Amino acid sequence: MQHETPTLYGVLAEFASADELVAACKRVKAAGYEKVEAYSPLPLHEVNHALGHTSKLSSLIFCGGLTGALTGFGMQTYISVFDYPMNIGGRPYFSWPSFIVITFEMTVLFSALTAVIGMIALNGLPQPYHPLFNSAAFERASRNRFFLCIEADDPRFDLAEAKKVLASTQPLLVEEVPH
Amino acid sequence: MTALNSDALRARIDGVQKLALGVGVLGAIGAGVGWSQDATEFFRSYLFSFLFWMAFPLGCLGLTLVHTLTGGNWGIAARRVLHAGMRTLPLTALFFIVVGVGLHQLYEWSHADVVAADPILQHKSKYLNTTEFHGFYGRAVFYFLFWIGYAYMLSARHDHYERTRDEKYAATTRNLAGIGTLLFVLTVTFAVTDWAMSLEPHWFSTIYGVMFIVGQGLSTLAFTIVMSAWLAKSAPYSAIMQAKRYHDLGKLMFAFTLLWGYVTLAQFLIIWSANLPEETPWYLHRGYTSWRTILVALLSLHFALPFLILLSRKVKQNPALVSKIALFILVMRFVDMSWIIIPAFHQEGFHFHWLYLATPAAMGGLWVAFFMQQLKGRLASAPADSYLERALEVAPSHGH
Repeated sequence: MQHETPTLYGVLAEFASADELVAACKRVKAAGYEKVEAYSPLPLHEVNHALGHTSKLSSLIFCGGLTGALTGFGMQTYISVFDYPMNIGGRPYFSWPSFIVITFEMTVLFSALTAVIGMIALNGLPQPYHPLFNSAAFERASRNRFFLCIEADDPRFDLAEAKKVLASTQPLLVEEVPH
Repeated sequence: MTALNSDALRARIDGVQKLALGVGVLGAIGAGVGWSQDATEFFRSYLFSFLFWMAFPLGCLGLTLVHTLTGGNWGIAARRVLHAGMRTLPLTALFFIVVGVGLHQLYEWSHADVVAADPILQHKSKYLNTTEFHGFYGRAVFYFLFWIGYAYMLSARHDHYERTRDEKYAATTRNLAGIGTLLFVLTVTFAVTDWAMSLEPHWFSTIYGVMFIVGQGLSTLAFTIVMSAWLAKSAPYSAIMQAKRYHDLGKLMFAFTLLWGYVTLAQFLIIWSANLPEETPWYLHRGYTSWRTILVALLSLHFALPFLILLSRKVKQNPALVSKIALFILVMRFVDMSWIIIPAFHQEGFHFHWLYLATPAAMGGLWVAFFMQQLKGRLASAPADSYLERALEVAPSHGH
């Protein structure tokens, strides 16, 4: 068994309400920190704004949908025109109006799959261990408390400074979280 | 909080109301001249214009019914506009009288000699007639009684709830809205069957009513976005219309754009697949003559372009951008209605008459003026609106 001295993951602050969290995000961001993450029991779009988080997911979903549309339309065109042409009611082989329903469904299917898989991948899931689990208070992040963490690998990170910034946001608690 | 209007807002509403009234009166004079010159084209333009403008009060009633049933924050800011809109239904009923007057110019089934020579119309005459109690006129009276009755009842019940905040009362309103939604879909389906589908009395389509209802929803959402963005240029409406509200309404407009494409394609696909001689003429007139240009314009500009633009969240949250798209959609709604109605009269190909613009301008001017009158009342009568209080008090971060 090896025991390493625990390294610091970051400094965590706990808040009672979403508004306090959003205000704290703005403050920490204004202080120049980049590696900051917020944790909340419910989705908060304002936090994304405050932390300047952007996601590539919507462009990924658009590409997924486009791929679905092209796959759906292309597949039907290939089957009906080249691979196995059949005379249906005397219509031309390339009867594109009848392809639209499947094209639409494939667009939805590919977008939805891209959304789910892309979301999980970009979130870094599955992740059985996270350093924040070392904080006893953090258990309430999925219930009724809001958290903000300045991570130690932030280029500007300084323990005393980070604690001071977080303390200035009137949190319920500020604590160091080890790895 | 007190009333939702301010002096600045009232002055702006008054300004638009005067302008609309001016356009309405001038347009009415123009339409009157048109009537004396060519009564047939006048009635055609009138029916087309009526069906276009009818979409707004009916769409407002439909969306109010849905919002009463489901709730949701999207209706918070929209409610004042929706209620004012559905309270204009009595004017729509007045507008309808001229359609009744022009019946013989518009509907071939109303001519006894045509029916006598046409076995299909003889079979349909149990429904398509003007003499029986349940005939064309009787049904129209029933539709308007139901719509006006429900619109004013819902409006009054919402006002009462805002004063008393009686939750049991609100639950009854929700139940009434449930029955109302069902009857709304049925009555609008029957109404557009009577007023629009029977222009080509041999032809039939069961999704036709849904196509109109979806069109009405889209028109109304676009109108609500334009109105809300306009109202939000003054306090206190500016506090209610946060980016999130535009996002909600923009998402609904996006969904209805998609739905419009869906039902429009669904009707075509079924008729095209079956390829039956009694069904295809509707599309032969609209897609295989010079009307085809309008059809291509509809698919690319009514559907594809707004669809692609509204995919973006940034656009939906930007009041200036989303209201521009909404205005564009309103123009396309007008084009769509012209493509549905006018080919019934001009099956040979594209046709334009100056009355096709003058009559809608006249009717639109009068309707907007009356809408603004109703809106002033709605904005003034906001004594204690719990929904709006919440919108103003609660920070946007609290989500649902």
